[in-house]
Amino acid sequence: MGAALHAVSGVAPSSPGRALRLVVLLAVAGGVILPILAGLWETARAGFGILPAIGAEHLSLDPWRMLADLPGLGTSLRLTLLTGLGATALALILAAGTCAALHGRMSVRAGGRLLTPFLAAPHAAVAIGLAFVLSPSGWIARALAPLAGWDRPPMLITVNDPWGGALILGLLVKEVPFLLLVMLSALSQIAVARHIAIGRALGYGRGIVWVKVILPQVWPLIRLPVMVVLAYSLSVVDMALILGPSNPPTLAVMLLRLFSAPDTAMLLPASAGAVLQGVLVALSFGLLLLVERGGKRVGLWWLRRGGRGLSAEPGLMLTSGVTATVMIAGALGMLALVVWSLAWRWSWPGMLPESWSLRAWMAPGTGWGRALWHTVLLAFATTGLALALAVAWLEGEDRARMRRARWAEALIYLPLLVPQIAFLYGLNVLFLRFDLSGGMAAVVWAQTLFVFPYVMIALSDPWRALDPGLPRAAAALGAGPWRRLWAVKLPVLLTPLLTAAAIGVAVSVAQYLPTLFMGAGRIATLTTEAVTLSSSSDRRVTGVYATLQAGLPFAVYAAAFLIPVLAHRNRRGLQGGGPGA
Amino acid sequence: MTLDITGLSVRFRNEPPLFAPLDLHVAAGAVTTVMGPSGIGKSTLLDAIGGHLAAGFTMTGSVRLDGQEVTHLPPEARRIGLMFQDAALFPHLSVGDNLAFGLAREIRGRAARRAAVEAALEQAGLAGLYERDPATLSGGQRARAALMRTLLADPQALLLDEPFSRLDAARRAAMRDFAFAHIRDRAIPALMVTHDPADAEATGGPVLSLTTDIAGG
Repeated sequence: MGAALHAVSGVAPSSPGRALRLVVLLAVAGGVILPILAGLWETARAGFGILPAIGAEHLSLDPWRMLADLPGLGTSLRLTLLTGLGATALALILAAGTCAALHGRMSVRAGGRLLTPFLAAPHAAVAIGLAFVLSPSGWIARALAPLAGWDRPPMLITVNDPWGGALILGLLVKEVPFLLLVMLSALSQIAVARHIAIGRALGYGRGIVWVKVILPQVWPLIRLPVMVVLAYSLSVVDMALILGPSNPPTLAVMLLRLFSAPDTAMLLPASAGAVLQGVLVALSFGLLLLVERGGKRVGLWWLRRGGRGLSAEPGLMLTSGVTATVMIAGALGMLALVVWSLAWRWSWPGMLPESWSLRAWMAPGTGWGRALWHTVLLAFATTGLALALAVAWLEGEDRARMRRARWAEALIYLPLLVPQIAFLYGLNVLFLRFDLSGGMAAVVWAQTLFVFPYVMIALSDPWRALDPGLPRAAAALGAGPWRRLWAVKLPVLLTPLLTAAAIGVAVSVAQYLPTLFMGAGRIATLTTEAVTLSSSSDRRVTGVYATLQAGLPFAVYAAAFLIPVLAHRNRRGLQGGGPGA
Repeated sequence: MTLDITGLSVRFRNEPPLFAPLDLHVAAGAVTTVMGPSGIGKSTLLDAIGGHLAAGFTMTGSVRLDGQEVTHLPPEARRIGLMFQDAALFPHLSVGDNLAFGLAREIRGRAARRAAVEAALEQAGLAGLYERDPATLSGGQRARAALMRTLLADPQALLLDEPFSRLDAARRAAMRDFAFAHIRDRAIPALMVTHDPADAEATGGPVLSLTTDIAGG
């Protein structure tokens, strides 16, 4: 009893939880931050001519000259900026407009459930599904065929279009739901209904109150996630391979081609390009800051004028309509994956196959069995690691009774803000030097870099929202810190823990570049195989891989939803889940 | 300017009405007080009059301003001001910009609008606080700033939802006098919801009790 009270009062001479926090700090610094910095450093060195493994040992600007001389580099850069900035800006506008139009008309829980499948689906599966739907032989063209009088698939470039339209659409299918979720969570911290009532009572229409009053309050809370979207859109590889323009492709795809070229001399310009990719993202962050400042000025000027006449309602309706269209396209894509994996004869312009077959599914031994096994293994290992680290971090904060510092929050986001290609190659160079590359362990670790931030973000809010009376009551009954964790906190937080785990699995399954680079191409997962197959002509086999790839996260999300329902069926206080549900 | 309410009642989905149908006349410059047990729907009554009912609520009856039917107008077209106990100043704007947001469109030109806001700040004893973060104001200052924001929009009626309940006793009396004086000066009708009998007494106006009893009313 005395010991428990001692721990609770927090005046113990050896600050409580210090050992735990030290372990977490070392794990995050040594396992996440240092490797990213070291990877950036190695990439930069190679970009300036120093890559001893291929005998390049002198500082020079030659790699940059080689990069600049590559055919199509200018177009490639323009495409990268167009698709990256365009997709981010569009996703932000669509999410904000939809949020404003639907808020208060749809419950947050229902909205969350609607978004879940889109959040769970891996990027590559979404891209392959969209390619199936958009292509001249896809559902859209088949549906239009009788109207347009096409008796064969039209000669239109709808996927891999040179303007990056299909790529932007693919990015929107993933990013709009993500930003919507982030906005919904930000809105829960704002007195939305009250501020809307005040604004309308002062004579402003509902939509204008959203634009002038609510969104400016939301922005600081979603700035980091928007930066994640921006960095991702500018440097995406798998989606750009499947949906993006191919000649020339976006910068990240061009770099991947250089990195995997048979001529090792190309590694130098590739590294220079990876540095350029990093610079591009950094400059875009600068641009975002400028836009934010400019927007604030214009916004204040507009607000001070006090104009009431305008209605934003049509704009909000338009954005919701576009959002719905994007989501429907994404959902059709998912459906197309399943249908193709089961199709046998499917001739133009039928909307469904004439004959069905399980043949593509019948031969797990030829490939998908092993890829599925690797994927599951990686998903559980990375999610387990990430969850353990996240719980240790949060518990350490609890024991030290500290709020998280801003720099710590930024550290969590770091792996998501640095473009993968800018540090993964350099990291691989280091791994090769220590002979660690190509193994399962290297891939587990590289994926965890990206799984951990999402798990941490998903778990933080529900963890802090836990009623502090519960562990205190347990302490008063004599339970030590570890028993409070195992017997009280973790069981009560079962729902958010499982939600975080489901997000972790989804992130792990979706990883393409870390698996490819750190596995040295030897670890085949559903994602790496699906991306490779996406350029093949056999849609049935591609459909099997992509269906499995999307199905695995769906199954885990379903489990994360069902397990608490079953476990808590006699505990009304825990039903309906925590804030993370 | 008068506020007339006839046969007003509100229900949530298919549940029975929250309170018996309400008839009410508020004269220009007068403050009518609404009292009643918690949960009876006093705030919902104000929402119905102002047009702010949340999804799922429906109202019957009519609301008229100076004889003009406003029942079917959206809240932004009713010109009925709102005051809450927590002032609800927008936290991302400075004190002055909160007032500028409220200031009616009829006052045009940057200099003229700025001067109008500064004048209102001075009237509220907030001179020189244009750039201040609302979160750094005292409770009384916040309440005065919120009242000024509402009045600058030139409302035709005012709804006060427990406007003084967060203030300590000394400030409460001062804020009451301040608010009621403005209502009298502008000759607009006001409806106030409160738990504090002293608030009701200070209005010098009629007090109305909400009941669920259909026969009572």
